[in-house]
Amino acid sequence: MAVTVETHGSVAEAARALAQGGVYLGGGTGIMRGVNAGAVQGRVVRSSDPALRVIRSTADGFSLGAGVTMAQVLGERDLAFLHAAARSVGGPQVRAMGTIGGNLFAPHPYGDFATALLALGARALMASGSPRNLDDLLRDRDRTGLVAAVEVPRPRDPRAFGFVKVQRVKPRGVAVLSIAAHLPREGGRLRGVRVAFGAMGPAPLRASAVERVLEGATLDAATIARAAQVAAEGLTPPTDPVATGWYRASVVGVHLKRLLERMV
Amino acid sequence: MALKPVTFTLNGNAKAAFTEDGQNLLDFLRRSVGDLSPKYGCGQGGCGACTVLMDGAPVLACLTLAEAAQGARIETAAGLAGAALHPLQEAFMERFAAQCGYCTPGMLMAARALLDRNPRPSRDEVIEAISGNICRCTGYEPIIAAILDVAEGRVRA
Repeated sequence: MAVTVETHGSVAEAARALAQGGVYLGGGTGIMRGVNAGAVQGRVVRSSDPALRVIRSTADGFSLGAGVTMAQVLGERDLAFLHAAARSVGGPQVRAMGTIGGNLFAPHPYGDFATALLALGARALMASGSPRNLDDLLRDRDRTGLVAAVEVPRPRDPRAFGFVKVQRVKPRGVAVLSIAAHLPREGGRLRGVRVAFGAMGPAPLRASAVERVLEGATLDAATIARAAQVAAEGLTPPTDPVATGWYRASVVGVHLKRLLERMV
Repeated sequence: MALKPVTFTLNGNAKAAFTEDGQNLLDFLRRSVGDLSPKYGCGQGGCGACTVLMDGAPVLACLTLAEAAQGARIETAAGLAGAALHPLQEAFMERFAAQCGYCTPGMLMAARALLDRNPRPSRDEVIEAISGNICRCTGYEPIIAAILDVAEGRVRA
């Protein structure tokens, strides 16, 4: 069996083609490895729709086409709150190629940008036009349609959003783990807290135990200590050549504490 | 397997060649077009030896579908020198920034992308710009020094 590449002029056509089977090729940083190795066979679907590369302002944030690259994000001053996450992805070449949509489907230990999007409460706009929460999409990545865009709410206070990627090699290295935290405050108390971990499960996931500790609390030393203590609760992080699951579970609280201390 | 025509410019010259389904840009440039300057290192996007510029952006040719180059402006290390060597090539020689030389075309193109975008980068920005390129010989310091030599005007062609 060989590879057959289909290029469609619109996202809708590509989605219809993909529904018949095959894999979608975005920036290529993930799928092309498989094509080169012969592991990807059969239909490869891609789209040349320019809408996929568009970044636009919306009433409460931004709409990023699924084909927007990390380099494009870094080139937009208005997206400064996403720059740390975009810069954490690969080297310059990978950032010039790797897309927002592709990062949502990147296998462990990749997906650092998706971790940031998850903490921000972003949602995917599917090619069918229907929206889908990233919480759901990331839980069930194997059974989903084609993402056309990602809608990202703008944090009311950019200082309320923090991101850290823990890696052994700098400036370019695979994640031991990544943490994104959105901590809006009302009257000194945290309200609407969202914290996400990358590389702590098969896909980026919400840090539910941490969120329970932080919600409604003041961000002081005692709260941070409690959040750090429960950081790995309910999680079974994967083991890979970068770190064991035990190591990830052991250090996630330390890195969460450091991030939260920066956000006080 | 179906052949598809691809028309593009390579180092400023119009080119047309056929690609096979699933062929990557590196293989296409080397085997179908005859530009051997981009190197095959890992084939997984990990080493940067295949770095070329596509419409000015540094991309990994091994992870780029050849047919995605349709209509694009491709630049490789083979196009750097004119009548004289490019300042980056001069600086790499002056600083002994190449030993085995296998990473050099990719390094040169990553450096070129940086200097096109940011003609006066800091040392940290140079390190960041070549972070996608692996060199197993030099320890990177001569490469960083060579790029800074060009950025700071110490080497001219």
